[in-house]
Amino acid sequence: MELYKLTGHELLKKLSSKEITSEDISLALKKRIKETDPRVKAYVRTDKSGTEAKRIEARDNSALKGIPVSIKDNICTDGLNTECSSRILTGFKPPYDATVIKKLKVSGASILDLKTNMDEFAFGSSTENSFFGPTRNPWNLECVPGGSSGGSAAAVASDEAIMALGSDTGGSIRQPASFCGVVGLKPTYGRVSRYGLIAFASSLDQIGPITKDTEDSALLMNIISGHDPFDSTSACVDVPDYTKSLGMDIKGLKIAIPKEYFVEGLDPQVKSSIEEAINELKKLGAEIKEVSLPHSEYAVPVYYIIATAEASSNLARFDGVQYGFRAEDSRSKDESKLISMYKDTRGQGFGQEAKRRIILGTFVLSHGYYDAYYLRALKVRTLIKEDFDAVFKEFDCIVTPTAPTAAFKIGEKIEDPLRMYLSDIYTISANLSGIPAISVPCGFTKNDLPVGLQILAKPFGEETLFRVAHTYEQNTPWHKRRPTL
Amino acid sequence: MNYEAVIGLEVHLHLKTKTKAFCGCSTEFGNEPNSQVCPVCLGFPGSLPVLNKVALDYAIRTGLALNCKIQEFTKFDRKNYFYPDLPKNYQISQYDLPFSRDGFLDINIEGKPKRIGITRAHLEEDAGKLIHKENTSLVDFNRTGIPLLEIVSEPDINSPQEAYEYLTALKSILEYLEVSDCDMEKGSLRCDANISIREKGQKQFGTKAELKNMNSFKGVKDALQFEIERQIGVLESGEKVIQETRLWDTKELKTVSMRTKEEAKDYRYFPEPDLPPFIISVEKIAEIKKSIPELPKEKMLRFVKEFGLSEYDAGILVASRRDSEYAEECLKAYPSKDKKAIANWLIGPLLSEANNRNSNICGLKVLPKGLLELVGFVDRQEISHLSAKAVLTEMIDSAKGASAIIKEKNLIQISDTGSLNAAVEEAIKENAKSVADYKQGKLNALMFLVGQVMKKSQGKANPKVVQEMLKRRLADA
Amino acid sequence: MAITKETVEYVAHLARIQLEEHELEKLSAQLKSILDFIDQLKKLEVSNIKPTSHILPINNVLREDTRGESLAVEKTLMNAPRKEGNFFVVPKVIE
Repeated sequence: MELYKLTGHELLKKLSSKEITSEDISLALKKRIKETDPRVKAYVRTDKSGTEAKRIEARDNSALKGIPVSIKDNICTDGLNTECSSRILTGFKPPYDATVIKKLKVSGASILDLKTNMDEFAFGSSTENSFFGPTRNPWNLECVPGGSSGGSAAAVASDEAIMALGSDTGGSIRQPASFCGVVGLKPTYGRVSRYGLIAFASSLDQIGPITKDTEDSALLMNIISGHDPFDSTSACVDVPDYTKSLGMDIKGLKIAIPKEYFVEGLDPQVKSSIEEAINELKKLGAEIKEVSLPHSEYAVPVYYIIATAEASSNLARFDGVQYGFRAEDSRSKDESKLISMYKDTRGQGFGQEAKRRIILGTFVLSHGYYDAYYLRALKVRTLIKEDFDAVFKEFDCIVTPTAPTAAFKIGEKIEDPLRMYLSDIYTISANLSGIPAISVPCGFTKNDLPVGLQILAKPFGEETLFRVAHTYEQNTPWHKRRPTL
Repeated sequence: MNYEAVIGLEVHLHLKTKTKAFCGCSTEFGNEPNSQVCPVCLGFPGSLPVLNKVALDYAIRTGLALNCKIQEFTKFDRKNYFYPDLPKNYQISQYDLPFSRDGFLDINIEGKPKRIGITRAHLEEDAGKLIHKENTSLVDFNRTGIPLLEIVSEPDINSPQEAYEYLTALKSILEYLEVSDCDMEKGSLRCDANISIREKGQKQFGTKAELKNMNSFKGVKDALQFEIERQIGVLESGEKVIQETRLWDTKELKTVSMRTKEEAKDYRYFPEPDLPPFIISVEKIAEIKKSIPELPKEKMLRFVKEFGLSEYDAGILVASRRDSEYAEECLKAYPSKDKKAIANWLIGPLLSEANNRNSNICGLKVLPKGLLELVGFVDRQEISHLSAKAVLTEMIDSAKGASAIIKEKNLIQISDTGSLNAAVEEAIKENAKSVADYKQGKLNALMFLVGQVMKKSQGKANPKVVQEMLKRRLADA
Repeated sequence: MAITKETVEYVAHLARIQLEEHELEKLSAQLKSILDFIDQLKKLEVSNIKPTSHILPINNVLREDTRGESLAVEKTLMNAPRKEGNFFVVPKVIE
């Protein structure tokens, strides 16, 4: 049997009964990556690092018993290259582990000695903006896997990973999960520590699991959640056992369907999959009602102001002084050698999308524009959050499509940033409001590309997400399908 | 023409916390470069700040002591600019909602009180240190992230002397609060000045220059004096003062233009997303208020009232907190109701010993008990004032007690007329001219005769007794 | 809001990014269309709305003033593109 095809919880059972060892899993996974990754390109620097999971003492009583976890290239791993798929971080080896990595290690996970590909600094929705080249969608190698956690999603979908971590600032876990037919969860802001996650937009970023099914997602959330004294924005809210939400039915659960998510721009095939899924939820006993989130249309513009403003500041530290790429022998123009060094390092070290966002973010914060753009965006963010607060007073969760379309072709949107930005139209609001959201597979298009269903709940309502997602999953076949590679 | 200077001071103060503002690295001064750093203060990708509780308390304590309003809701902001000593290329600072604002500080200028407004006092992180070589600059991040309180005054200061008094009064308060070392040499207190001049009576401000690189209070005073004269010179010659940053050249004693193309400052401030806001409760403010000790001004007034000192003398005694405690112990224990004598000892010999040794009074290691013992000998006229001063020096150098030194050196004055008689007679006999002069009314001649007797007694004779003896003896004859 | 090439140049300088001429052209055009899109926010009346910079109602997060771990100097300098002794090295800063 091919161990790499199994889920984490299936492997745990086999490990518990001593049917297999964690080394067997590592070997199987290594073989799988070697065979398929040259086509999928889910991982980066495969030529440089060994494809071996860093073996740790897998204690029998530990939660993960040595199961390997794949990590996105923007989560710091002590001594292991972490480059955000950017030239500017070439060769960067963090001197410390992110809190989630520490937690995984304590839980007996093996941290894979390979990082998953991403859009540079998580700027993108297709994983095409990677210095290492694009990752491909395992369901159709001509298509993008979504982004920015496209590497993690493609790795899980192609059985090159048992489970993975991604990060989500505007949909970067959920949209690729949707495109690749896997489960992706963006936790409540503050639920998972951001310490060690290389920041894109600090007020929106969250780390979350990308897994083959809901149970693995709950398993990982049990490990990575919780208050971290090293992250001032991390919440002091108790972490329940998320696996207890699995297997609960959804009878009488109140589900809201926001009408603003089913308008022009939504692909008809995606729409029909979502409608079928909603019917299924109804059959399973949920009460479904249409609602309005009136400020939905403003989410994308608000997001592109707030996220780029924060990013322009967060990315200022990449200047060639302490780590990463430095442009040597800078052309000295009328400026000092130092300023030329900064400008050339950043001009050559960042890719197009990074430059675009840094410049946009710098502009909206610059003198004379702050009130018109940044302050206004913060205010509209309040309105968007209030829309959700109002709905959650009455409803347990909201269901929407994860993305307006299924995976698109590589190169299709790369020259049109605005069109690309709109592929996050359904996911961005959750980040702006800080609420948790999960994407689960809910069907396929005619071309055999997966479609994802997004479920959103109120802050710290992850248990509700697991309850709905797991019930739906157990009653539908979608999560069992795997691409042929 | 009659000009008036308008000066505002910006003081940057290292708060004396054990660890940095946002991480657990040490704040110790003078260690190996880049040995007190971690991912947070290095601004490594992925790291996040968490505010030091004590830094917050110190900031509020200082704000309260400077009569500021403490903001109920406050937050940090990012100040964005590129500089190699700033590892994140933004500084965590405070923009529109500083911890404290609208305070004041009272100073004394030529005996008259003057109130200098404090615009704001906000908390931020310090930057690193650059060492410039021929073609490169070296960067040390040990200082990066040390909590820094920026105290900005209103442009209420009108002379270099006022600036000096302001800084001295501020430093004194800060020392009382024990929130900072205030050591300009180590960079734990830095001061920049904004200065412009205008015609007396004119309402609007002139064009200001920003002065940097002063490394002592005297340097601030000198730089301001130079700059006032320079700006007047510029105006008198019919030219205009340009708005610029000027550095104080500590060797040439003049201010020099930085001559760099100064960019318009566009710091792109925005709320620091990594630090949630702070709500300072009334209870918290009350708690911190309680921890504020009696401050120099109140203590000065109390010394005047309790010990009958002049404001001037009391002002000197309270300048440093520890010395004021020393002084108070002496003043209380001094047996006479009139405290002037002991106050004079403190302000006179003791303070000058301290100054000579670059120390403060406490640093001399003479306990108040020891000083009182010494002064006792003088008051009982057992030793002369002159020898007492020498004994004090010896006490400081040898750490021996007053009585031991007096005994060892045999300094007890001879006041017994019987023992002095011979010497008095001898002096009269040997100095017939002086005797004659005295009789003709020349008082100086008497002093000369006292000196002669002193000499014969090897300085041990009580001069008052000798004088009385001489007067009596010469009146008889 | 029309964004000119000069504005983009100024902002790129603030952000310390060297842009080639063709990048400058392209970026100016793209930013213009993005800003036009963003301008739909102006439709909303927001004067009485409070801005949200932190989504969670968390306040007063503080740490004790106790020593944490500092890095060994080798680890601090491990990634440095240029170093000299225990220092990072940059092109001379002209004061």
